[in-house]
Amino acid sequence: MSDLNTRMIEKYRNDFLKEVEANVEEGEWVKMCMQCGVCSGSCPLGKHWAHPPQEIFMMIRAGKREEVLTSDSMWMCTSCYNCIVRCPRELPITHIMHGLATYSKKLGLVPKGQPTATFAEIFWNNMMKKGRVNELKLGLSLYFKDGFGQGIKNAMANQKLGMSMMKAKRMSPAEFFGGHGIKDVGGLQKMIKKAQELEEARMKKFD
Amino acid sequence: MAKYTYSYYPGCSSQKGASSSNLMKSVQTMCEELDVELKEIPDWNCCSASIGYASGSELPRITLSARNIALSEEHNPGETIVATCAACWLATREAAERLSHDPQLKAEADQALAEAGLKLKNETPIKHMAEVLVEDIGFENIQAGVKKPLEGIKIAGYVGCQTNRPFGIHGESFENPVYLDKMIEAVGAESVPTYEKKVQCCGGALAFSEPEKSQEMIKGIIEAAYDNGADMIATPCPLCQANVEIYQDQINERYNTKFNMPVVYYSQLISVAYGRSAEDAALDGQIIPAKQLEEIAKK
Amino acid sequence: MSEEKKFAAYICTGCGIGDRLDAASLENVATREGRMNVVKQHEMLCSKEGVKMIQDDIDNDGVTHIVIAACSRRAKVDAFSFPESKVAVTRANLREGVIWARPDTDEARETTQEMAEDYIRMSCGEIKQMNPPKPSGQQERNPNILVVGGGVTGMTAALEAAAAGYTVHLVEKSGELGGHAAKLHKRVPFKAAPVGTPNSPDANLPMPEETGVPEMIQAVESNDNIKVYLNSRITKTSGAPGRFSVDISTESGDTVTENIGSIIQATGFTPWDPSVLSELHYSDSPDVITQLELEELANAAGDGPIKRPSDGKEVKAVVFVQDVGQNSDKEGELPYDSGVGDLVSIKQALYFKHHNGDCDTTIVYDNLRTPGAPGEDFYRSGQKNGVIFTKGDVKEVVPGDTLTVKMHDKILDEDAEIHADLVVLDVGMVPNSGPDPYAATESLEGMSDEEREAELEAQAEEAADETAVSVESILNLTYRQGTDLPQLKWGFTDSHFICFPYETRRTGIYAAGPVRRPMDIKQAMDDATGAAMKAIQEIELAAQGRANHPRTGDLSFPTFRREGCTQCKRCTVECPFGAIDEDEERYPQYNESRCRRCGTCMGACPVRVISFENYSVNTVGAQIKECLIPEEWDEKPRILVLACENDAYPALDQAAIAGQEISPWARVIPVRCLGSVSLSWVTDALNNGYDGIIMMGCKRGEDYQCHFVRGSTMANERMAKVGDTLESLNLEPERVVVHEVAITDIERAPALIKEMEETIEKVGLSPFKF
Ligand code: SF4
Ligand code: SF4
Ligand code: SF4
Ligand code: SF4
Ligand code: SF4
Repeated sequence: MSDLNTRMIEKYRNDFLKEVEANVEEGEWVKMCMQCGVCSGSCPLGKHWAHPPQEIFMMIRAGKREEVLTSDSMWMCTSCYNCIVRCPRELPITHIMHGLATYSKKLGLVPKGQPTATFAEIFWNNMMKKGRVNELKLGLSLYFKDGFGQGIKNAMANQKLGMSMMKAKRMSPAEFFGGHGIKDVGGLQKMIKKAQELEEARMKKFD
Repeated sequence: MAKYTYSYYPGCSSQKGASSSNLMKSVQTMCEELDVELKEIPDWNCCSASIGYASGSELPRITLSARNIALSEEHNPGETIVATCAACWLATREAAERLSHDPQLKAEADQALAEAGLKLKNETPIKHMAEVLVEDIGFENIQAGVKKPLEGIKIAGYVGCQTNRPFGIHGESFENPVYLDKMIEAVGAESVPTYEKKVQCCGGALAFSEPEKSQEMIKGIIEAAYDNGADMIATPCPLCQANVEIYQDQINERYNTKFNMPVVYYSQLISVAYGRSAEDAALDGQIIPAKQLEEIAKK
Repeated sequence: MSEEKKFAAYICTGCGIGDRLDAASLENVATREGRMNVVKQHEMLCSKEGVKMIQDDIDNDGVTHIVIAACSRRAKVDAFSFPESKVAVTRANLREGVIWARPDTDEARETTQEMAEDYIRMSCGEIKQMNPPKPSGQQERNPNILVVGGGVTGMTAALEAAAAGYTVHLVEKSGELGGHAAKLHKRVPFKAAPVGTPNSPDANLPMPEETGVPEMIQAVESNDNIKVYLNSRITKTSGAPGRFSVDISTESGDTVTENIGSIIQATGFTPWDPSVLSELHYSDSPDVITQLELEELANAAGDGPIKRPSDGKEVKAVVFVQDVGQNSDKEGELPYDSGVGDLVSIKQALYFKHHNGDCDTTIVYDNLRTPGAPGEDFYRSGQKNGVIFTKGDVKEVVPGDTLTVKMHDKILDEDAEIHADLVVLDVGMVPNSGPDPYAATESLEGMSDEEREAELEAQAEEAADETAVSVESILNLTYRQGTDLPQLKWGFTDSHFICFPYETRRTGIYAAGPVRRPMDIKQAMDDATGAAMKAIQEIELAAQGRANHPRTGDLSFPTFRREGCTQCKRCTVECPFGAIDEDEERYPQYNESRCRRCGTCMGACPVRVISFENYSVNTVGAQIKECLIPEEWDEKPRILVLACENDAYPALDQAAIAGQEISPWARVIPVRCLGSVSLSWVTDALNNGYDGIIMMGCKRGEDYQCHFVRGSTMANERMAKVGDTLESLNLEPERVVVHEVAITDIERAPALIKEMEETIEKVGLSPFKF
């Protein structure tokens, strides 16, 4: 896929749009956006987006491939679905944002240290190990994502929270040594591997 | 035989010792009272929630949910799947819909499921527990069983995002759903119909990765509850509950506020109103104790 | 009048009138003061029995003049019209005008009763000055319709009129029918996607469709009711609706004269010439073309790829520049938007996509407008097929083998360049109107006399300037007020875009299609159908001597007393509809069927010789006089309200219906238009001791609401002279006011009267109470 990483395209042509349609979840909807801006105005994290959804869609259509795929904007999506239910054109905006984030990740274009991207990866790996999420390990690995020293600092900041969660039996130290899991982990992992392979095979190459 | 039976998908955060175990506990109590039997889906797996997308792109993510549906169809045939977690419900229902609309995706998911020896019929309705209460049981029946009305408590019904969007409860508006208010009134408490943040996003999974940005939103949710004179917030969503409740200390520090607003589940309200103990209602699971509920439970 | 006059007043006690008012006393007023020969009460006058009672009196007792004292003249119109009898009827408004406008309290009882009694007196006075209207005898029924212009609008109008059984003469100046539409490759679709079509990118959405023009031409040519004149022009139009005489100079060089009932002008548009915008290089780059020129390329391409003009290369990337020279405040450009260019560009982008889905088609717009039922679906259709829509401002087109469109992307807020093989410009529509008869006079509004003179001189100079383009006349009307239809705005021929479409300011001549306002084929066809209906209606009304819009069906018409006329020409100049010509002796010559019955001429006449049988200086004068003016020490002021019957009077009715109180001192007299108000009414009222006068008319000026277009404006100009009258009587100027009142002003209208009440409190009662 390396050729896709550095692909240069002509502006205001259909090239990048077509790539998005082929390789991004629900990407075929992007062309249907009518630029009303309702999504951007509805997004709870709107002000933190360098390019809110409306703009992202316009950038795709303007062929701004690199700017879109290296943006951290779509990582701001909290999956609140506010935009989806309000979009007059019924674009599955949330999914497209997720799809763009995923695609950017597949191509290795995510900005370094993007916290949500990091967390998402930790989450996924945590889940894939046992088929269920281990919240304690998830929490700990998040605190240590920036290295050991920073991890201690992060953890200290949340220590009080951790203690009260434990007291309320909503966080169990036993988790660290095992905790929840499914029985057929093997089957699950094989299944996901297959799904990943099938999806990979579906990706279109562009030159 | 219980009056209502469902195939139950508890989800990761509602497991024992997890962040929303108080939801699981109180739902169990509530279901006992309402004569609802929940048959857990054997060996269910994580739905990958709203954050799984980044590493588990479309097909893997949908296959995860497909596995749960297939297991339910195999072990609890004919039963509607019910989830208590908004993210679980959403992911499962979304997967089911996407698979039924996109034959290519379905064919691929079938291939992947085969690796785990499973087969998906994809004929199972998927409900949120709130839908069970509103549609199957009904407000009147809920009200009929109340033994200790939650009189004198003013509760802001916080519906949040994913219980409300994109599917929501049939017949409710996305901008101002009222079923939670009705439920609050059914158990004898006072609702806050003017609660303007009832569908505001709590930050979801970004509460972990982008704490500053999320806590700003959470602050607004709590503030509005105070402004409307609410004594506590009630919600159907485990992520909402956790996000709104557990960061209050940090928000107080960051914004110099004095928040101490209990955030409970609708299932806890019903359990207490039906005369169950504080423990059965999982009130001991609160970080910020819901004292008014505890008192009623004690009576 | 030789016939015996017999006056009757009928007082209704229904709708609460009997409960609130002393009907016996009203009867007394009608008999003693109003001197009616017959006075009767009825508990529900509009009922079958009530109406029959009156009809019996007409038939058996010879009643000729009738006062109905009941509800507003706007209610129960049919019940009290007595169409089979030659009678004059007026209405005293006791319901909306009195009981509903006043509170039902003990304190209010006396003044409410006084109000009612005054309205009885006023109506009795008025009816004595009225005569039953009757047709002039000028009328003819002429079932021929002239359609000018053979494009889609004209052909549709012709087909519609012919289908309704009328004969059509269709005059086209070029050698073939079809106009611009005949040159199109495809047309914008007429129908939206079926209800329930999803929003998804694979939905089935409307696509460009066959123009249907060849079939339409065929239908026109083979229709026995339609006579087509190609390469022909109109050299003279005289007469009036129902009896127009039209000279058509035909292909062969002969002139034929046709008798015509009504006329539809469908002369279409000319595309604006973008050469002046040198930065777009329209005039020097063959690959920068207009939309209409692209249609030719598409037709030439047939089912193959569209090739560009310069070198015949297949177009693989095309940019559409929207709104070129439109919505502009720059000299020489169009101040308006033609509104249909965006749909056209979508259609044309789809020409390219149809042949080659990979052709890059970018539409650069500022505001995308997709009017009409299928508009939004067609927009989606373009999107679905990969047409790129970009909000931007095109600064320049750089010509070359590959053209570069330089623009500012308004969403991404950055300068950008797009490369293309072909650039298509969306230029606006310029209406093909004749010369505007009022171009000179209307620019003079609001000027002082000196300014006016200077401006007229300047205009005369300009006209003498050889280089000035003179627009050729289309209709060559022989009217006193000019050869062609007056224009509303920007050269478009209309009298009101929203309230009365097709109605021009020349009765019986209707405008349709892009000459009226910019529009596309579908809209033009709808427009043509509407205009055809109006043309038919006018033929039938003119045949009976009845008015058309807005006093539809009115039989009264203005006449002037020749002996008194000073030939001042005010009436001929001020008639908003050009209805009055001049005869050989230079007296005004009325053309009844051109007249809308607004009374503006009546208001204009300085010697008050113009009148209608049932509406005149005297009918209103009598009402003013008959109202009882209380002695000064009674401290009951009287406020005369002259309210336009189109908006102000109904607004007051509505106010009463909605429970708004109206001042007990007000006496409201409906007038046909403020333009009909005679200065003498104001002078008389002041002399009679009224304390204040309010005139309520429709909005005037550029965004007028006046149903007679200029009436309200004329009135306002004339009333400027009221100041002199007030001064000579030594009265305060604030005693006379003119207000613009809309039909929706149901709170404001009563409030304006209240305001006058307060003014009178301040300045004191009139000293002219005798
Ligand atoms: S779903 Fe994502 S993009 Fe849409 S409004 Fe919510 S946070 Fe914003
Ligand atoms: S709300 Fe929908 S149509 Fe509007 S800008 Fe956003 S995606 Fe586009
Ligand atoms: S509607 Fe008019 S005429 Fe009929 S009863 Fe009422 S006031 Fe009398
Ligand atoms: S001014 Fe009015 S009433 Fe007089 S002739 Fe003209 S249209 Fe008729
Ligand atoms: S306005 Fe009166 S006086 Fe003047 S020309 Fe007309 S009719 Fe004669």
